[in-house]
Parts: sequence; C-alpha cells; structure tokens
Amino acid sequence: MGGAVVPPRRAADRGSECGPDELGQWMRIYRNLSIRQKQVVWAWGFLAVPILFYGVIRFYPTLNAIVLSFQSWNLLGPREWVGLANFEKLWADPVFWKVFRNTFMYLILGTPISLILSFLIAYQLEKVRFLHNTLRAFYFLPFLTSTVAMAWVWRWFYQPVPIGLFNNALASFGFSQISFLNSTTNALPAILLPAIWAGLGFQIIIFMAGLRAIPQSYYEAAKIDGVSNWTTLSEITLPLLKPTIVFLVVFSSIGFLRIFDQVFNMTTNNPGGPLDSTKPLVLMIYQTAFSSFDMGYAAAQTVVLFSILLVVSLGQLYILREKP
Amino acid sequence: MSDIRASSAALMRSGRTAKGPRDPWSVLRWTLLALGAIAMVMPIVYMLSASIKYPFEMYDLNIIPKEPTFENYTYVLSDGRFLRWFGNSLLIATLTTVSAVFFDALVGYALCKFRFRGRTVVFVAILSTLMIPTEMLVIPWYLMSKSFGWLDSYWGIMFPGMMTAFGTFLMKQFFETVPDDFLEAARIDGLNEFQIWWSVALPLVAPALSALAIFVFLGNWTAFLWPLIVTSSSELYTLPVGLTTFSVEQAVEWELIMTGAALATIPTLVVFLVFQRFIIRGVAMAGLKG
Repeated sequence: MGGAVVPPRRAADRGSECGPDELGQWMRIYRNLSIRQKQVVWAWGFLAVPILFYGVIRFYPTLNAIVLSFQSWNLLGPREWVGLANFEKLWADPVFWKVFRNTFMYLILGTPISLILSFLIAYQLEKVRFLHNTLRAFYFLPFLTSTVAMAWVWRWFYQPVPIGLFNNALASFGFSQISFLNSTTNALPAILLPAIWAGLGFQIIIFMAGLRAIPQSYYEAAKIDGVSNWTTLSEITLPLLKPTIVFLVVFSSIGFLRIFDQVFNMTTNNPGGPLDSTKPLVLMIYQTAFSSFDMGYAAAQTVVLFSILLVVSLGQLYILREKP
Repeated sequence: MSDIRASSAALMRSGRTAKGPRDPWSVLRWTLLALGAIAMVMPIVYMLSASIKYPFEMYDLNIIPKEPTFENYTYVLSDGRFLRWFGNSLLIATLTTVSAVFFDALVGYALCKFRFRGRTVVFVAILSTLMIPTEMLVIPWYLMSKSFGWLDSYWGIMFPGMMTAFGTFLMKQFFETVPDDFLEAARIDGLNEFQIWWSVALPLVAPALSALAIFVFLGNWTAFLWPLIVTSSSELYTLPVGLTTFSVEQAVEWELIMTGAALATIPTLVVFLVFQRFIIRGVAMAGLKG
C-alpha cells in the first residue's frame, strides 16, 4: 500500500535496482521514525553480524561441547548418549589425576613466582631513571617472542652435555650435570621457566602503570610522617595496587592453567613426558581428541577445564566486589 | 578535585627529581636491574648467535661467532617453505586484526552510545564468552569446519578470531570517553549513524584502536593450538606450526632449528624496536582498562 504512494520517479532517482517499491516503502517507514527509534534500527544494524558470529562461533560450540561430554563418539560411528560415563572414566583415570596435579603445579608455582618477580622489578624500575626505557624494553622483549620459537630455544639450552648451553656452562665450571627435560622431577619446572620468562614483561608493564596511577601525594604525606619504606609499601602501595594485583593474578592463573604450546614443543618426542610428568590438561584434551579421536571423552575434559577457569574468574569477581 | 590532581602531579615530578641521586641504594639497584635485564634477553641473543654459527662452534658459550655465516639462513630459506609460512601468518594475522578491530569497535560503540532494549543482555552475553576457554571450543570448531569443508583453509584458521569479546569490552570502555555532544553535532550536520561512528567517534579513540590491534595481531601471529588442529597440509601452516614441524624434522641440527626460531622472532623484534614506546603504552592501556 505504501509503495504506491511513493512517486516512481523518486525511487528511480535513488538508483536502486532491487525492488524500488519495496525499498521506497522501507525508506518511508524509516523516515517517519523518531530519532530514538532510528537509533534502535541502527543499533541492531551494527549488531546483526556480530550477534550471528557470537551465536554460531561461541555459544553454539559451547553447548555442543557440553552435549558432547555426555556422549561417546569416535568421529566415524554414531554419537551415542552415555550419560556421565565420560566423567566417571575421567575420575577413575590415573593419568587424569596426574595431569590435574601437573596443571595445578604450573599454576601454584608459576603465578606467585611471576607475580613476585614482576612486582619487585617494576617497583625498583620505577625508581631508576638512567637508561630507564632501555631496561624496560629488555624486560618486555620476551613477551613479543613467538612461544613456539622460544620453546625450542630453551629446549636446546636444556640438552645434555655436548649440546645444551646450561650443562655446557656447568661442565666448564666443573659442576655436575643436571638432567632437565629427561627427569620426571625437573622437567615440569624446566618447562615452566620459559613460560614465566615470556610473561614477565607484560606483568612488569602492568605493574608499572598501576604504580604510576597511585597519587604521589600519599608518598609525600608518608615521608613527612616519617613512615618507613617497608610500611609505606605494605600500607599504601600494595593496598592501592589491589585491582592491578587481582587482574594479574587472574590473568596469569588462567594462562598457566591453559599452558600447552611450551609443553608440546619441548616434549615433541613424547608429548607431556617423561612419564606424563609434564602433561597439562590442554595437552591431554588435544591427544584425546586428535590422536585417539575419543571426542566425547575429550569434551568431558574441556568441561572440567572450563569449570576450573570459571571458579578462578568468579573468584576474581568476588574479591573485586567485597571492596566497598 | 582537579586541584588535588594537579598538585599531586607536581609533587610527583619534584619527588622524582629530588629522590634519585641521594638514594644510597641506587647504584646497587641499577646494577641488579641491569643484570636482570641482560638475563632476560640472553635466550634471544643466544638464539640469534646460534643462527649465524657453523656446527663446529655451535655448542661453545661464546656469543660472537669466530666465523659468522649466513649459510643456515640460505639453507632454511632455500626450499621456500619458511617464506610460505611467513606469508600465511602475515596474511592471517593481518586479516584477523582488521576484522576484529572493525567489529569490536562497531559493537563497543553500539553498546556504549545507543539506547535500546536488549542492550544489557547483548553486552552481558558477549562479555560472558570471555569465560569460555578456546580449548573448550576447538573440538566443536573442528567438527564444524569438517562439515562445512573449512578444514585446511585460510578461512578455517581465521574464523574463530574474527571478533573478540575482550576487544569489544575495551572499545566500549574507551567510547565512554567520547562526549555525546560531538555525536549530536554530527547528527545535526546530517551524517548517518555509520558515518558518525566512522568519521567522528573512531578517530577519537585511535590510540585504543592501535592498542587493540597490537594485541590481536600478536595473539594471531603466535597462535598455535587451533592452527595446529585445523591445518594438515604444509602449504597452509602458519609460522608456529611450520616451525614445530621443521624443528621435529631437523631433530639434532640445532643451528638450523635456531635459524628457524630466529626467522619467526626477528620480525616482531624489529617492529618492537621501531614502535617501542607506542607498543608499551598500548599494552599498559589495554591491560589496565581490560
């Protein structure tokens, strides 16, 4: 009905080839909208493709993974409902418990060490002016390297004596050899070290930005009151740095819980070895899904990973909320 | 309030200049920090050094080779695979970055500046995807790619990263700083909403856009797990996946592996050295707001 009202000449002027009547009708409806209503149209126009993306590439796969965790499927045969069988299998799997322990070892060693180191460096670096930018750049540089490339560099460092740099250095000073990647006790810390090294620069930058955001007048007041450096640190700096610390704790915790690239590349001859002593959850997921093609079992493992990360993230929200 | 800010800024400046030289620990502090800084870059230095060494001195501790050579580079680059992987990574990281920055800014703007029913729902829904780890999605993505024929294709590598929830959140935060009056003025001038976003709002958040671009590019340049899963032919490998395959092949020829690693690292190092301050500021900005 509206289409007939639009003069055909004007529709042709607009140069639209596909259904001028229909387009004219929509244009007319749009023009009669209030400014606020027009904005609603634009908003959904802006959001249409993204909503489709998040639905198809984020939410649907999440549901799919959860559904799959209650099924058994080897990619070729039919998908069968097995209830909680995958989770029961996981609970009874000694490899899973070893992997679970490893994953938390990465977390409980990695997060405190990297945070304490990066805070100390940032705190001291803030007080230094001579070559300040150069020092900062040096600390930051490893963050920009490719994880895979550096995994191989460190792997070379860790090799036994005629090859590896560390053992060659030890030998030249007359110390005994250390078995790094071939030892079930040393391999995990040896793999963790490059992960800490690579992430340190980012944490230092964030800490320095956090330190700079603290008003200097607080420090001046503390100085006038004759408060010791230590008290200033524990009573002013650290409490005011809390949001930064919480952010970095969560950010690096999630990073260590999801460790994969380093482990995979430093143990390619026996991924996660020796004797699964370095295998993190993500590597177990990768192998279950893409080496054993046990899709349901792998999906169950991803649901466990998801739950762990969810607890960590919600912990962050809880800590942030109790502030006021 | 602004007075307090200004005076504290002034105090900060005077505090900085007055403190340094009188601090008795400053020399020790600087020395320790410098040693730490040198230790941090040592792995990179040894990697570069090894890549220009002959096998006979490969395992010596000296950093500067007695007989430097570029033979490792000519050997590694000779079969063209590295250049191909390099090109793949560059293409994929660039396209993904353009897409993510465009859409994240679009969505962040829509959620920040438009008032409409369902806004909070959309925002919370997008934000909640931050909690979903990639590792949980790779299996469904793989199944999806398999049924759509996206396995072993550029699109297959790229599609999961075309938009990011982190970037959307970041851009929404930054659009809060753009005054509505500017947008209103443009509206009166007769610009449509897309033009307002593109030519008025976007230039005002340019620093945030580049910070986001750095993060997204770096993330895609070093991405490993998903490209490893989705690619199967060597022509489509990204640099990290190619480097893994190459290193496994070389097995004991560490100088070649180090050359490959150096080839994957040098471009980012060069870009960093050129845009150092800019990149560090961007990282701090994205990290603090995000």
